[in-house]
Amino acid sequence: MSQDNVLLRVDHLVKHFPITKGILVQKQVGAVRAVDDISFDIRRGETLGLVGESGCGKSTTGRTILQLYRPTSGHVYYEGKDLTTLKGSALRPMRAKMQMIFQDPYASLNPRMTVAEIIGEPLVVHKVGGTKEINERVDQLLGQVGLNPAFANRYPHEFSGGQRQRIGVARALALNPDLIVCDEPISALDVSIQAQVVNLLEDLQDQLGLTYLFIAHDLSMVRHISDRVAVMYLGIIVELADRAELYHNPLHPYTQALLSAVPIPDPQAEEKRARIILEGDVPSPANPPSGCRFRTRCPIAQALCAEEKPVWRELRPDHFVACHFAN
Amino acid sequence: MAPKVLEVKDLATQFKTRDGIVHAVNGVSFELQEGETLGIVGESACGKTVTVLSILGLIPSPPGKVVSGSAHYLGKDLLTMSDEEIRFIRGAQISMVFQDPMTSFNPVLTIGRQVAEPIEIHQGVSRKEALERAGELLALVGIPNAKERLSDYPHQFSGGMRQRAMIAMALACSPTVLVADEPTTALDVTIQAQILDIVKRLRDQLGMAIIWITHDLGIIAGLAQRVNVMYGGFIVEEAPVKELYAHPQHPYTIGLLGSLPRLDASTHTRLVSIDGVPPVLMKKPTSCPFAPRCPFVMDRCLQENPPLLSFDTHHRVACWVDPKTGGARA
Repeated sequence: MSQDNVLLRVDHLVKHFPITKGILVQKQVGAVRAVDDISFDIRRGETLGLVGESGCGKSTTGRTILQLYRPTSGHVYYEGKDLTTLKGSALRPMRAKMQMIFQDPYASLNPRMTVAEIIGEPLVVHKVGGTKEINERVDQLLGQVGLNPAFANRYPHEFSGGQRQRIGVARALALNPDLIVCDEPISALDVSIQAQVVNLLEDLQDQLGLTYLFIAHDLSMVRHISDRVAVMYLGIIVELADRAELYHNPLHPYTQALLSAVPIPDPQAEEKRARIILEGDVPSPANPPSGCRFRTRCPIAQALCAEEKPVWRELRPDHFVACHFAN
Repeated sequence: MAPKVLEVKDLATQFKTRDGIVHAVNGVSFELQEGETLGIVGESACGKTVTVLSILGLIPSPPGKVVSGSAHYLGKDLLTMSDEEIRFIRGAQISMVFQDPMTSFNPVLTIGRQVAEPIEIHQGVSRKEALERAGELLALVGIPNAKERLSDYPHQFSGGMRQRAMIAMALACSPTVLVADEPTTALDVTIQAQILDIVKRLRDQLGMAIIWITHDLGIIAGLAQRVNVMYGGFIVEEAPVKELYAHPQHPYTIGLLGSLPRLDASTHTRLVSIDGVPPVLMKKPTSCPFAPRCPFVMDRCLQENPPLLSFDTHHRVACWVDPKTGGARA
């Protein structure tokens, strides 16, 4: 792996949310271990997909990378600079380079602001240019995401879900970022609209050389858009590989089960498929199982899995997995 | 061909709102055969849920009203039945599973009580017997320690378990028809696989007919025998499942299939997106509802709404255009 190509390095990142008891005197009685020691790189210009089921910590990972949550421990290096040690005015210029697109286009736009105000806000906050320049930039951004610049003075409620998500994309692009964390950007949209937004994200990546961290639970969409894919389960990354490698040759039993659970829109293919049906539910991240976190649902778990945490190892070139029995 | 259990003809439902009348369902006709699984596919607000709610007499009125049509269940019209009569059928012979397992249980009653309720009401057995049967049903849908968990409240169940309990409740009186309205949409994919596995197993065991509503063409591919595609309050295409995926005829169906990335695709191809947005159903449609987004649109599409006509023996489509040639359909 060429080291100079790395845009962002996540190093043993941990984020725990405290569970407290008591009203006047709050005592910490435990922690939700949302992200528990994960490490990976994002290379310049690539799309890294992050998949997992609800509550596995994928959104927390995205937010902790952007320092929207401060990590409990571990480091996030952006072009070699440790973001976790930066504060206030030192962090602010870094924030301009990393933006986020949120899941819910209905909740992530302020209903009392016009589209121009929403898209222009990052420019105002970061003091980029005067009113005239900002207005020009807003028009240009609207065009770039496929909206009519004449809509600039409308309010979010006048737009459909897909159009709102385009507004969210335009806002994320306003400061010319390098990295965009896309947190389930299409899950709230209708199927025919999802493709519009995914195509837009792909086009923008080609035009602007963007790097994406694409967080989603939809494996077929992640496979479509990503160059590499990381699979999360209960706060840890269990497997990371090139997208073709991961889908054709999954090594972790969780990845295998997850892939087999995704329905394929083709009756002929569905007939021939063998499914791995996992037993039970995801355990609570406040009290994760000892050793391997997946062992309670794993079809090949053995005594060793309860005793020892599996090591994160590179089993094949560029294909990492955390499982005692993967080979 | 197996006998029909349900025959819906020309069903139309409207809602009165402050801004005018919403034409949610505009003349929908279809049949359901004994033991058959019928998929109803469409995006949000295409009328798929309103269709089944209308059939079951569950449309809140006002503001909603079934304005025309009939829905014959074993020869009797559900739409003209009194509330008393339909209550005997609903929950017993035709039962329903709702989308959101988080909100469709009563939070202050135990799971056991709620699963036992239809048994108690429809089969006239004592509460004790009904509870016993509820325990068996929970075990049937794969809830561990089912007997002990009867006294749990809904918040003590996870999403997947609640949806299982909901299915147990729907199956309580061995229905002839199970209506499932997006029952797995709120669940994770591994839990969805569990639920689909249970439903397929029980369908084969109990031989009930299923109407499965979803926006996910992947689920339908593995589950249904026949599919209705809905758009703008109309059925725009109806076909056996393999036929539909192999030879889709309506431009909307073609677009939907093209906009899905496939897990088993070998190369990266750009997704085919459908431009524009789904219609707002505030006007009585006089032209094809898909015309504003259709790549094949002709003059006729803007003047006349195409009826659902037979394209092949079991394949019906509502479109003036032949998507192969781009010209008018012969």
